[in-house]
Amino acid sequence: MSFAREVVPRALSLDIDALLDDRGVRVVVCCGSGGVGKTTTAAALALRAAERGRRVVVLTIDPARRLAQSLGLTELDNEPRPVAGVDGTGSLDAMMLDMKRTFDEFVEANADAERAATIIANPFYQSLSSSFAGTQEYMAMEKLGQLRNRSEAEDLWDLVVVDTPPSRSALDFLDAPRRLGSFLDGRFLRILAAPAKAGGRGLARMMSAGFGMFTGVLNRLLGAQVLTDIQIFVASVDTLFGGFRQRADETYQMLQAPDTRFVVIAAPERDALREASYFVDRLEADSMPLAGLVLNRVQQTTVPELASSAAAAAAERLEQDASGHSTTAALLRIHADRAATLDRQRRLADRFTSVHKTIEVATVPAMASDVVDLDGLRAVGTALADHV
Amino acid sequence: MAAAKDDDVRDVDWDGVRLHVVSGKGGTGKTTVAAALALALATGGKKVLVVEVEGRQGLAQIFDVPPLPYADRKVAVAPGGGEVYALAIDPEEALLEYLEMFYNLRVAGSALRKMGAIDFATTIAPGVRDVLLTGKAKEAVRRKGKDGKHVYDAVVMDAPPTGRIARFLNVNSEVAGLARTGPIRSQADAVMEVIGSRLTAVHLVTLLEEMPVQETADGVAELQAAKLPVGGVVVNQMRRPLLSAADQTKARKGHLDTEALAHDLAAAGLVKGGALVGSHGAVTVDDVVRALVVEGAEHAERVALEQRERDNLEGLHRPTYELPFLPDGVDLSSLYELAELLHRQGMA
Repeated sequence: MSFAREVVPRALSLDIDALLDDRGVRVVVCCGSGGVGKTTTAAALALRAAERGRRVVVLTIDPARRLAQSLGLTELDNEPRPVAGVDGTGSLDAMMLDMKRTFDEFVEANADAERAATIIANPFYQSLSSSFAGTQEYMAMEKLGQLRNRSEAEDLWDLVVVDTPPSRSALDFLDAPRRLGSFLDGRFLRILAAPAKAGGRGLARMMSAGFGMFTGVLNRLLGAQVLTDIQIFVASVDTLFGGFRQRADETYQMLQAPDTRFVVIAAPERDALREASYFVDRLEADSMPLAGLVLNRVQQTTVPELASSAAAAAAERLEQDASGHSTTAALLRIHADRAATLDRQRRLADRFTSVHKTIEVATVPAMASDVVDLDGLRAVGTALADHV
Repeated sequence: MAAAKDDDVRDVDWDGVRLHVVSGKGGTGKTTVAAALALALATGGKKVLVVEVEGRQGLAQIFDVPPLPYADRKVAVAPGGGEVYALAIDPEEALLEYLEMFYNLRVAGSALRKMGAIDFATTIAPGVRDVLLTGKAKEAVRRKGKDGKHVYDAVVMDAPPTGRIARFLNVNSEVAGLARTGPIRSQADAVMEVIGSRLTAVHLVTLLEEMPVQETADGVAELQAAKLPVGGVVVNQMRRPLLSAADQTKARKGHLDTEALAHDLAAAGLVKGGALVGSHGAVTVDDVVRALVVEGAEHAERVALEQRERDNLEGLHRPTYELPFLPDGVDLSSLYELAELLHRQGMA
């Protein structure tokens, strides 16, 4: 019955240490839907890699407060800072993404001071850089690209580990940047920005009735000021950026590079595994290198042979016999709940691995307390690497 | 927690509220709670609409029905003859509906879509998407039938997570920087008349864990700063504290009486001849005892942690409702149980 001790008995196991020790791997991207423990997993992988001798930088998106403090993420200057308390010859730097600041720096790096100031003061830019759907993903990708380039140019790091934004869907990380990129670079924005010019040319003149209609609609919907802001914005960025879409495409290609690995993270819950499943399919479709699945918060027991129903029935017998077996009855009820959870998780995990037969899986047991410091991260790292 | 109340003289905590917004950190079960709350509100013959706004079809899964279209669909019957309808609000459809309603422009929809204008308005233009989503919910709240009465007694929204909820609902300030005039602006103002008023309550779902509780506290503060009406806190997936207080202490310190345990296991017929019945001698009574002791200690640890987080939640001074952890997961029948619990606790 020993196979029953693992929650995903038929799955292949993911060798985390082999992944982290592989010098040919320079980028590890941690993806998954919100609330599955992405940030913790990213930090635990980064720390383990560092303590196995790699020079690591980890980009986190939105860490829990105490975890952020333990990583020294108290200075919010959008730059990696060394993490104190890392053992061994490697090193760990950590940073937290500041979306607006990354965008501002991107503008400042690509425009002269005067023009950069004009852009940054533009109301449309300000909305774009702080609250647009997809901006966080775009900037996470941008920052990842920067870190990777710097790790090569300055020889600071040999491994970049990234956490991804807490999107509704894990796919947003892949899709949002290009969506935003093609919009910013696209026909629609250009037409909006230059309606007068568009009217003067052949094809454009032919279509200008259509343009007039929807710029009219937008004007009516949003008010004329919005279009003016957009026109000024596009005019000032037009010649500078070498194209937002091109930029997004370049980072996307970086994710297909042979030195990148994706780790998909899920909890053994229906929704989280469904999202993970979509994501795995997508990685395959786009030839992106998948390392495997990390399954967090897996329920454990050392006696899976004691089934939930048997434990509950025994507890009931003890409770009816009123001669002071209440402690044992309670312990059996605790086990019954745990075994039931484990059964449900196993069914869900089995369904996942029966669809994705070749995926390698590492599991992290459900922990009694939250991970808030380096020791906690080490414990997660040990569990990740403890493959059977 | 509000005390259980007699059905005849029920004084529910959210009398007068017609829009219940349910938010929570990812993974806390806000969709489940939204669905259960809709059932609870419909109990006793009411008609309730539950809407989702993030395109995940979570409601269809919970109510075990095919994916929801952009139209109200009856998904469940509540105890006492109530009805629950569900709707997945799609921002594109909402925009086209809006254009049609105000400008008779629906025909222009496909042309606009081709030019990227619909994409622009629903995914990229700041705030517009949120105005469309909240606007549709507001419309359902205000909708009246031929008899002049409200079509729905209440609307429940499965809303974006806590980290984004204040910005999502505060459409007024979201479009303020951009749309200073025009219909989107007026629509935002109309939405705020409902969402910023006593007609609305924003409930937050949490687990008794550090991060969700912290996010709940942050969410309450942000909602209050934005002058949005904070509702109750729903504590989801609570463990039953199975051990007595004295046994919890013993369990955590490793002081449980293992001999008595072994004796009881035999008395209960679980072990025979020093081994677990049915294990063919592979699992000894010591294995079972050791496992139960470890699991008991972890349970006690977890309960203590939950108690600390519960104290933190009390500091928020919000009406609090508790829902149990369901080891077998949530299905349609357990949804009715959760609804019943919310009903009994006076949330609906």
